[in-house]
Amino acid sequence: MTITVHYFARLREDVGRASDEVPSDGITTVAELWQHLHRAPPPPRLMAAVNQAHARLDSAVADGDEVAFFPPVTGG
Amino acid sequence: MAVRLHPEPFDPWAVIQERERGLPLHRLGAASVFVGRMRDFNEERDVRGMFLEHYPGMTERELERIVAEAEAKWPLEACEVAHRVGPIEPADTLVLVAVWSAHRVAARDACSEILERLKHEAPFWKRERLPDGSERWVEQNTPGR
Repeated sequence: MTITVHYFARLREDVGRASDEVPSDGITTVAELWQHLHRAPPPPRLMAAVNQAHARLDSAVADGDEVAFFPPVTGG
Repeated sequence: MAVRLHPEPFDPWAVIQERERGLPLHRLGAASVFVGRMRDFNEERDVRGMFLEHYPGMTERELERIVAEAEAKWPLEACEVAHRVGPIEPADTLVLVAVWSAHRVAARDACSEILERLKHEAPFWKRERLPDGSERWVEQNTPGR
């Protein structure tokens, strides 16, 4: 099973791609997912969503989840 | 409740007129409306245009959640939220928040809270185009004052 990851706005440009698919083995939180993908701690002001709802870095993730990473929102 | 994202320009006043056709206006003493447009300046620089990025799916869900929470908090008859996405030019309408209620305080306060929460919680990101052709991501919301 996998976790689908999406990146938005400046973060997508910094990462250099719009999405990732990663095996969920051993990944239990949003912060661990970022660390696993980028071999670095989450950057300052990183925001996240799990299954299209705002989440925190210590929020749980599981098989089949859709996780998004993005900078602070600026719209409207 | 109606929440709509518009990839093309829309007329906020036409949206209001259309919605009012289906409302019991004889019972609704108050309509509070906010229309936000794109300015041609930001952070002391001229801006020629922008691209408003969103998160398809989550953006709609967040707007619906914000409106549902306002409907639970105030006695509202109807709410309409419309928001542009994609390429936007100065003077284009960016956002419409319209709220109908029997009484003015509910309408006014709900409209204000929906707008402020929308600006801070809904996933939208602005990339501005400057006069020299370069682009920049907007880092944070302006205070609005």
